[in-house]
Amino acid sequence: MKAPISWLKDFVDIDLSISELAHLVTMAGMEVEEIRVIGLPMPETGSTSARVTGLAWDPNKIVAAAITEVMPHPNADRLTLCRLFDGQGERIVLTGAPNLFEYKGKGVLPVPLKVAYAKEGSVIYDGHQEGYVLTTLKRTKIRGVESDSMVCSEKELGISDEHESIMFLEPDVIPGTPLVDILGDAVLDLNLLPSYARCASMLGLAREIAAMTGKKLKLPTLPLTPQNGKAEFASIEITDPNLNPRFVLGLIRDIEIKPSPFKIQHRLKLAGMRPINNIVDATNYTMLEIGEPLHAFDYDVLKKRAGNKPVKIITRSAKDGETLITLDGVERKLDSGTILVCDEAGPLSIAGVMGGMESEVNENTRSVLLEGASWNMIHIRRTTRAQNLPSEASFRFTRGVHPAMAEKGVKRGLELMAAWAGGKIDPLLFDNYPLPPSAAEVEITPQDVKRSLGIDLSIEKIAEYLKQLEFSVKISGNTVKAIAPDHRLDIGEGTTGKADLVEEIARIYGYDNIPETRISDLLPIQRSNLRLVKEERTRDLLVSLGLQEVISYRWTTPEREGRRLPPGSEVDDKPYFRIANPLAYEKAFLRHSVLTSLLDTAERNSRRYPRLAFFEIGPVFLQSEDPSGLPDEQNRLAILLAGQRNLQGWQPADTGTMDFYDLKGILTSLLNGLNLDHAKFNAAKHPTFHPGKCAVITVEGQQIGVVGEIHPKVREAYDWGDTFKYPILAADLDMDLLIKLIPDLTKTADVPAFPAVVEDLALVLDETIPADRAVELIQQTGGKLLSSVRLFDVFRSEQLGAGKVSLAYRLTYQAMDRTLTDNEVSTLRNKIIKRLEYELGAKLRS
Amino acid sequence: MTEPKVLEELEQVKNAALAELENVKDETELLTWRNTYLGKTSAVMKAFSSLGTLVPDQRPLVGQGANRVKTMLEAALTEKTNLLKESAMAHSLASQSLDVTLPGRVIPRGRLHPDTQILRELYRIFGDMGFQVYHSREVESDEYNFQLLNFPVGHPARDMQDTYFIDAPNRGDNPLLMRTHTSPGQIRAMREFSALNPSDPPPVRIIVPGMVYRYEQTDQRHETQFDQLEGLAVGERIRFSDLKGTLTEMARRLFGPNARTRFRASYFPFTEPSAEFDIQCFQCDGKGCGVCGGGWLEIGGSGMVHPNVLRNGGYDPTRYSGFAFGFGVQRIAMLKYGINDIRYFWDNDLRFLEQF
Ligand SMILES: [Zn+2]
Repeated sequence: MKAPISWLKDFVDIDLSISELAHLVTMAGMEVEEIRVIGLPMPETGSTSARVTGLAWDPNKIVAAAITEVMPHPNADRLTLCRLFDGQGERIVLTGAPNLFEYKGKGVLPVPLKVAYAKEGSVIYDGHQEGYVLTTLKRTKIRGVESDSMVCSEKELGISDEHESIMFLEPDVIPGTPLVDILGDAVLDLNLLPSYARCASMLGLAREIAAMTGKKLKLPTLPLTPQNGKAEFASIEITDPNLNPRFVLGLIRDIEIKPSPFKIQHRLKLAGMRPINNIVDATNYTMLEIGEPLHAFDYDVLKKRAGNKPVKIITRSAKDGETLITLDGVERKLDSGTILVCDEAGPLSIAGVMGGMESEVNENTRSVLLEGASWNMIHIRRTTRAQNLPSEASFRFTRGVHPAMAEKGVKRGLELMAAWAGGKIDPLLFDNYPLPPSAAEVEITPQDVKRSLGIDLSIEKIAEYLKQLEFSVKISGNTVKAIAPDHRLDIGEGTTGKADLVEEIARIYGYDNIPETRISDLLPIQRSNLRLVKEERTRDLLVSLGLQEVISYRWTTPEREGRRLPPGSEVDDKPYFRIANPLAYEKAFLRHSVLTSLLDTAERNSRRYPRLAFFEIGPVFLQSEDPSGLPDEQNRLAILLAGQRNLQGWQPADTGTMDFYDLKGILTSLLNGLNLDHAKFNAAKHPTFHPGKCAVITVEGQQIGVVGEIHPKVREAYDWGDTFKYPILAADLDMDLLIKLIPDLTKTADVPAFPAVVEDLALVLDETIPADRAVELIQQTGGKLLSSVRLFDVFRSEQLGAGKVSLAYRLTYQAMDRTLTDNEVSTLRNKIIKRLEYELGAKLRS
Repeated sequence: MTEPKVLEELEQVKNAALAELENVKDETELLTWRNTYLGKTSAVMKAFSSLGTLVPDQRPLVGQGANRVKTMLEAALTEKTNLLKESAMAHSLASQSLDVTLPGRVIPRGRLHPDTQILRELYRIFGDMGFQVYHSREVESDEYNFQLLNFPVGHPARDMQDTYFIDAPNRGDNPLLMRTHTSPGQIRAMREFSALNPSDPPPVRIIVPGMVYRYEQTDQRHETQFDQLEGLAVGERIRFSDLKGTLTEMARRLFGPNARTRFRASYFPFTEPSAEFDIQCFQCDGKGCGVCGGGWLEIGGSGMVHPNVLRNGGYDPTRYSGFAFGFGVQRIAMLKYGINDIRYFWDNDLRFLEQF
């Protein structure tokens, strides 16, 4: 909402500076986003974070002037020369304003035209450029005529966008008066939150300012006529009071449609509305002034539609598919969520949102039927959104306007119409008020305030604050009984009402004045969040192993994720959770796989980096059996590795390419770091991975995930540029399961006190036997005295023969309680060799 | 009694040996010297072996003399050996010097995502004040995201949070959606804790981190997916002044001991009184600059938990009160690290991530 400060001053005295006022209002919950200066000196920003825009008018250079004659330009038809008096002397000023043409060549004007005159050196906006660009007036020659000053349009002064016509001032201004003394102002542009509907008017805002500054609110007095009642000129039928709690009609006859007075038009413009004519302006002015949106019907059109019958207004829900041509000329298709104002011939307007074309006030209108009503805010909101028709009226109705305002609005609107358009107001209103809201009544004590805010306020102070906001207040004993005023619907009852009042009290007291304290309440029982601890431990381990953590968008497309499955293999036919209103198709599906997020990330970075090493821990979104319909947000860990093992330096270091065993090594170290020592890697088939380079990982008998080299066909589905030729290695793990398996407690072995015996064992085996199998047998046979087995060499050769492989192990024998004898070790060694020979056909290599 | 002749000869050998030792240059020459003067055929060793041929009363005299010469020569040898070793070391060191300005070998280093880093800092700060991390889901129902938080169906406050809805048939007024804030975690946590002892529910002090989603166009300052941190304290003596104290404490821990906060009246359906909280700009100390505008940085929303929300969580609002707050984690990270574009966070460009 845009609030000119001069207008606020109709209702409250303001002696704060512009930025102080903006700060005060902002701190009380009505954020001032912009201060637009109209001519006044630019304010200091101070502590407001509001944008300051607009233009200061130099009082010596921009003044009121009187045009006494408009003469043709000797060389240009579209220009005129004005003879004007600027308070000091006569000037000839060049202009192309079309609204002076009618005076051209008419000689000395009987009544001079008062205009805004900018002298040489004035800084104003350039009226002929897009947007607001400052320019300084300089002496030039236009078509042979000297020009150093100008009569200004509203745009040039920063008042409105009007840039062709010049602005006329009121006839009684005295030439030479600085323009800032006549029109100087500042407009606060407020971002009003939904609960601040009561402040969506000059009066509403002034009320808050009065309460906060301790000034008296100057309430407008309403005229004595018309009086409330059941007038004869029309009747009202409300079909559903829940949709339409109140409907008030007033009538004014014999009006004359014409422009509103200068001051009214000026105010409307500053408040962001376009002046139309005196009747429409009266409805808008009333809405801006006191907050009740009004609608004016051409009464004669309604009478014609009614034929010989009396005019009857009916409010009801629209029928599905019903149509109405609104005053913007658009034929609107309506549904049953829309509330209509109708007569017996059909729809007249969309209630609270927009009027219909047919019954709209126009230049021939002589009598006006004025509607002030109250509507169900949820329906108005739905209609506004469905029809995409945000307006000043719907802004207020969607936030809730108290039905009491309907009557006040109609009375004020008629009063303004009579003042600006003449005419006679019918002495009676027609008021149909089937559903008056009950006024919220709340009891509050100083203890309530202390309990919630932590401050001590006397009962008198509480009563005073509420009274300033027009609550009616009674103190009895230790309790303030407050009744909400009839302009607000945001006060509840019971505990909610108490909270509502506490907020009002806090706002007037000032949030700044509430102290900062430490929580003195009981400290809750502290529980360890083991899930988090284990997840963070996993992250730390992966980082220590040289991996970069990434975090991806949760959305994807089935096509993008589908690339992880090569053509011809299985497809992911699990349904996706799909966003109904995505920004783009690419952001419409919640991912099934974290691994694909990493493949996307690798693809994007592969052009610049010869080594990629990432991990991500995050959710995927899978259908679940849960009756809530909510997805199973399974937490996954994915790792991706590709490219050079080391970053290339200047020495001939190892720049080999990473392979399966690099990733397996990382996983082994990770699991080891998580105290999961007995992980098994078993060859497996998975469509995403190379058929010969893929394993499932089993921990404590449970499969935690899969690891391998990405299948060449999957790799081909991504764009790796021309330089990144490396195989892609990846792992996809069930993080929830992993966390379950990580032990909370671990045991540490003693450091041996006796020397160990170390010896090497080289075996020749069939290639088909997994290396793991040999280790298992060695460990089983070696038992407790064999403390470690480490593979240190693998080779194949012609001498060994086809299909044979040599595996060399280093065995460490160790007892905790003694030094092992040669005899013990050799017995053990022989047992191991025999077992390997017997079970695996192994031969000892000499 | 005359000195035996052999002693005189030894004396001459000794002098010759010492003189020759002076000129020894390396270990080979030293070995030769040693063989010459201390070897089996050397004059000294011969003197020992010839003791038996001497008359008995000369034996001790010659033995002692030979011994003296031997000891002297051995000492000289040791000294020379050390001297040679040291000079060899000095020579070798001189020849081995490196260009220390050449770059070191690059060891690939892993890094935590900046979001994780900032979250951990927040966990620590709030952990020290007794707030525990509570995990809550990302896809929510309308009921948890809105209705139980006091946003009735059709309420205009819903316009404050543009929502991504999930395609799911037949859900009426309870559609599925991407949570627009971490606040559903308030309800889920309160319900979980109050269920432990419904007639006397325990106090709550939690933070709920996690991704939230808003339907809006992205730019440098706006993301459609971002991380939020929710805070909730519920107990029998929780006050607005505690909320101010807690968030000021956070500001001090994040931005230094002089950090100041400011609370502005605001509106959120699930808190009342509600407040936006700002932190005084640390770039300009509140004087106003390009980062902040008017000297204050808008951080998040906060307030006293609305009685309806307490009730929906199983806490009787006449007995319990609470405060809640929420803010964007990226906003904090951007301020702390001077990040100019919020879209960097989930884009996973290594050129960004490598800087942390
Ligand atoms: Zn600043």
